[in-house]
Amino acid sequence: MIPEFGLFCLILALCFGLMVMAGGFNRSLAILQRPATFGMCAFIALGFIILVFGFLSDDFSVSYVAQNSNTQLPFMYKLCAVWGGHEGSLLLWVFILSLWTLGVTLISRAMPENIMRSLYAVLGAIHVGFLLLLLHTSNPFLRLLPSMPKEGADLNPLLQDPGFVMHPPFLYLGYVGFAIPFAFAMAAMLNPKESFSWAKWARPYALLAFSFLTVGISLGSWWAYYELGWGGWWFWDPVENASFMPWLVGAALVHALRVSSLKPIFNSWSLLLALCAFILSLVGTFLVRSGVLASVHAFASDPARGVFILYFLAVVMIGSFGLYIVHLQRRAAVSRLQFVSKESFILLGNIIFVSATATVLLGTLYPLIMEVLTNEKISVGSPYYSAVFVPIMMPLLLLMSFAPYTFWEQDSPKALFSRLLKPLLLCTGIIILVGYFAWLSLPAVSLAGVVLGILIVISSLFKLRGSLSFNKMGMIFAHFGLGVAVLGISLTTALETEKEVQLAVGSSVKVANYDIAFADLNEQEGPNYIAKQGHFVISHNNQPVANLYPEKRFFTARETMMTETAIDPGFLRDFYIALGERFHDGTWSVRIYIKPFVRWLWLGGIFVALGAFIAALTALQANYKRREA
Amino acid sequence: MSLLHQKRIVLVLMVAVGLCVGVGLVLYALSKNINLFYTPTQLVTETIAPNKTIRVGGMVEKGSLKHHDALAVEFTITDFKHQTTIQYRGIMPDLFKEGQGVVALGKVGPNGHFIAEQVLAKHDENYMPPEIANLKSEKT
Repeated sequence: MIPEFGLFCLILALCFGLMVMAGGFNRSLAILQRPATFGMCAFIALGFIILVFGFLSDDFSVSYVAQNSNTQLPFMYKLCAVWGGHEGSLLLWVFILSLWTLGVTLISRAMPENIMRSLYAVLGAIHVGFLLLLLHTSNPFLRLLPSMPKEGADLNPLLQDPGFVMHPPFLYLGYVGFAIPFAFAMAAMLNPKESFSWAKWARPYALLAFSFLTVGISLGSWWAYYELGWGGWWFWDPVENASFMPWLVGAALVHALRVSSLKPIFNSWSLLLALCAFILSLVGTFLVRSGVLASVHAFASDPARGVFILYFLAVVMIGSFGLYIVHLQRRAAVSRLQFVSKESFILLGNIIFVSATATVLLGTLYPLIMEVLTNEKISVGSPYYSAVFVPIMMPLLLLMSFAPYTFWEQDSPKALFSRLLKPLLLCTGIIILVGYFAWLSLPAVSLAGVVLGILIVISSLFKLRGSLSFNKMGMIFAHFGLGVAVLGISLTTALETEKEVQLAVGSSVKVANYDIAFADLNEQEGPNYIAKQGHFVISHNNQPVANLYPEKRFFTARETMMTETAIDPGFLRDFYIALGERFHDGTWSVRIYIKPFVRWLWLGGIFVALGAFIAALTALQANYKRREA
Repeated sequence: MSLLHQKRIVLVLMVAVGLCVGVGLVLYALSKNINLFYTPTQLVTETIAPNKTIRVGGMVEKGSLKHHDALAVEFTITDFKHQTTIQYRGIMPDLFKEGQGVVALGKVGPNGHFIAEQVLAKHDENYMPPEIANLKSEKT
């Protein structure tokens, strides 16, 4: 009975969603919009809670629960198994969308009535689209009656991991969060006569979404690093690209909104970015959920879902871009920019961000296009991205290290240089020092990355001098974080050591300057798996440095083998050991990595997210103050 | 034509040329870095440049997996018409099993064997590289 009630909740939410939408067309219905929004959000939340309850109570009569859970599954993973499959992750998508909508409804009340009406209607329409998708093609409450299974098929072992508990919610908070700037942009374009500074209202949400997306991508990369057992942290996999493209456009958007929230220039450009960020999120959803691309993440896919998302995407794109074209025809005269000014540098950075996104989009969609056109099956690998994406981003990093020092509106190169002199001197010193030690050991691209990383880190830190506002703090944090991440990426790619060896218990191998001994092998038993656990001792000059316990787990419900890597994390280097397979003579294949500076990558990500978060809170507070005034 | 117009035309031309060069370079990089997918039958029927990185895929034949020393592995894949022997040095993915689908990235060696740099097995029982799913459905 309870699962049916869940389904009923979703249907009710759909009805409320339609009411919210209708308010946008009919002024007399607009009074219902706010209560209907609350109703919609409440019923989506209730539906979500019912699905969670289904998982916690092992209700295997629900098909989705039976496919993704098991009585032996630990409590924590039962909870996150809710979004372990297609139906549940779509429900999570809608649930998070409703949370964002609720947030906007509660916080942003002091807007012109017409704007509010359009805003509700756009958000309502997005809800309706996704609820229809959920109900039409992927009902999470579908029953397996009367022959219900006694035991569930278990959650995919790859996903049974703490990193996975948080990865999708954060990623979706980011993805879906771009719906809010999108809705503000649409509302602004639908009501051209209202004098409404949409950028001021949209900015905190864009920053929040960007911040969450950064956390989500970092978590995903961290999870891939330790869970997949190949020591990689980014694969240019289509699904990773799907989350990366909104991130790039989102980065451009938060910068453009900073300008347009202060003055009317760039307004059209910001509008376009706000539309693109959300549309790329939808494209991402389509790529992941339709399974059109061969990918690590592709789950069982159903063409009906892909087709539905594609239609939805088409409606959104035609609607929003059509409105945008109308908007362009009535736009005010273009104001001129002086080249050496903060505005023009932000615009330049934006153009680079957008070009980079375009190359990623091309690489992601190219196999699809080619298959349709020539029926040839191809894949685009990481060499394409290193050849194209990296050189495009380098000028951006350079720009980032000095653009924060420019003044708004007008500046002179000479004055800019004098402001940059001190940080530049320090950078030169450090770079000479680094160059002295590492000139020969680093390939050119990594060296360039290191130099740019140092420039960004130092120039951001120098901005700490003088008066500090929270907004400026946010900028410094985010830029500093990106600098740290760039350093991490450059150094770990250039300096990592990888070795695959065949080892017997009791024997040892030398990797770089470390002796790695396979000391012992034990049997372990987990709640839903049995494991063989190795014990490795890493020592340097006969001094033990670390003990690592990698495992090979056999998950009984799905009869699958999983590698559980063991990592000794460190600020300057990680030791990473994964067990391969056991051979007949009792030896094991073992994969050993020493990865210098790899932590900096995620550390940088945290700083970027934190910076965006601080800036978002300040922007929210500023909006709040304006309302009071 | 005023000076302003001239300036504008130069600017537009520069942007256009820059854009063309950029797009050209990107497309060139793309064409250099795509990996075509072949089935064992296509490997037999089509000629492939010896140093080109390609992907091959098929089902691993039962009983064909052989371990040599120092992590060298050899196995045969089939599309139910032809077979290809794949050589690889390294650790096989967890989900590699005889009788299941696999995709390998690498080059065709001088003896007609496929020298793989990377072996990808399917990641869960629902997922299969689409190329292999097609093979399976053609067979049945």
